[in-house]
Amino acid sequence: MIGLSHYLTVAAILFTLGVLGIFINRKNVIVILMSVELILLAVNINFVAFSTHLNDITGQVFALFVLTVAAAEAAIGLAILVVFFRNRGSIAVEDVSMMKG
Amino acid sequence: MTPIQSVLPAITPVLPEIVLSIGALLLVLWGAWRGERSAESVNLGALGLLIFTFFLVVSQTGQVTTLNGAFIADPFARVMKALILIGSSATILLSRDYFQRERIDRFEYPLLIVLCTIGMMVMASANDLISLYLGLELQSLAAYVIAAFHRDDVKSTEAGLKYFVLGALSSGMLLYGASLVYGFTGTVSFPGIVTALDGPVSFGIVLGIVFVAAGVAFKLAAVPFHMWTPDVYEGSPTPVTAFFASAPKMAAMAMTVRVFIGAFPDVTAVWQQIIVFVSIASMALGSFAAIGQRNLKRLMAYSSIGNVGYALIGLAAGSEEGIRGVVIYMVIYLAMTLGAFAVLLSLRRKDRMFETIDDLSGLSRTHPWLAFSLAAMMFSLAGIPPLAGFFAKFYVFAAAIKAGLVTLAVIGVVTSVVGAFYYLRLVKVMYFDEAQAPYERIPPGSAIVLAASSVVVVLFFLIPAPLVAAAGSAAKSLF
Repeated sequence: MIGLSHYLTVAAILFTLGVLGIFINRKNVIVILMSVELILLAVNINFVAFSTHLNDITGQVFALFVLTVAAAEAAIGLAILVVFFRNRGSIAVEDVSMMKG
Repeated sequence: MTPIQSVLPAITPVLPEIVLSIGALLLVLWGAWRGERSAESVNLGALGLLIFTFFLVVSQTGQVTTLNGAFIADPFARVMKALILIGSSATILLSRDYFQRERIDRFEYPLLIVLCTIGMMVMASANDLISLYLGLELQSLAAYVIAAFHRDDVKSTEAGLKYFVLGALSSGMLLYGASLVYGFTGTVSFPGIVTALDGPVSFGIVLGIVFVAAGVAFKLAAVPFHMWTPDVYEGSPTPVTAFFASAPKMAAMAMTVRVFIGAFPDVTAVWQQIIVFVSIASMALGSFAAIGQRNLKRLMAYSSIGNVGYALIGLAAGSEEGIRGVVIYMVIYLAMTLGAFAVLLSLRRKDRMFETIDDLSGLSRTHPWLAFSLAAMMFSLAGIPPLAGFFAKFYVFAAAIKAGLVTLAVIGVVTSVVGAFYYLRLVKVMYFDEAQAPYERIPPGSAIVLAASSVVVVLFFLIPAPLVAAAGSAAKSLF
């Protein structure tokens, strides 16, 4: 029988993968954007699982809001990435390094 | 049949946000219709809108919850909203001249500031996790774009990219914490969470609070989640940096207080250690890391990290007096930051901005008033009486000592002595180093902001009562 704890575990694993994807990834900024999506979707699994478990609709409403915001966030992230690429000619993580210290 | 008034939520408490939203939409239409020529009029329109909303906010009274408990309008929200609106309007005043000279004065900039302001006001008034998250995202998404506003400049777009990646990560953490809090309390509303936490605290709640605290610390730029701050502050166009250091800090602090005092007041033991640690680390890093900086924008970034640390002392105390200290601190911090950035935005010669410490040398001989104002800001940031910065620190330290956090207060005093070194070094450079060629005339927007903030910083000690009373009633409404 699959219960609440299984869902929470999956969400926790996805969340950790997302965070690691941001920090360990040394190649491409697109991968970072994907990791951000992964984090938000992990959170959504949490919300929907809790919502079903508690028999309360609020969690699912929250999940819908998160989905909407995630779409807007991805759009803005890609837009900034395009502008950056125009200036720098690269989207490798190691090239995002004009400022240090 | 129920009359429709009893079904619809009361909208008068939300009126400032509604006015601002409708105004922003009208300005978008106007800008889209007029094209690039509308930069000037949208700028004026946005400024007028923000000032009008300021008076709307100030004229409200009482303590009301509306929109099914998602939104609260109380004295605390009003004080923080007033600060946010002052910060945003001052930024628009500061920006005009810079953006014209850099030839990037597009109408989108004042619009994004207005949208960002709506998000910040919702953050200050949030009474459940959903409205908190939506306000936060509206603020952050607009902020990512304005960080990258100089779109032909590598540094500015890089600042936008860094801010976006780390900001999105922090929102994710806050959200993960929010989902755990929801799951283990069964509600998202702050009063509901307070009732649900009446009893033993489960591990899930503790984990949720830790994640929420991490997300909040990111938005506040508090150590250990500060690494984006210096880069974003340095890379963004200077008026945008002034904005990031002023209004969003007020909103982030308002959100922090709302979450910890509004939703978790009975589990102080869980979060007090986190806040104490974050506060000490921020104060220490803010004062030590700034010593080696030559770039004034980076210096201000470290200074803002340190200042958040001092303000958090008041929150760590967790008492009514502590929150009063936080509010007073934020008011005075706003004045000092805006004043310092107004000076920074005046250092221009032949269409080039100057932003390192050496560019200030001998400023007292070429621009005595500018040097005097910046010196006042720096003495105040260093916490030297009778300037306002001293009182700001005094109120939070006093609250901490009363709450038994003597070590925290002592560390605060020590780090502010260390921090005084780099603030006073600027004064030394301005007054005792060799003079350079004079800078151009101060732009009128900067002059207004600088004059206003100098008056607040220098003359605060004469009439502190109104501010202290406003902060006191704001703090009272939370307990």
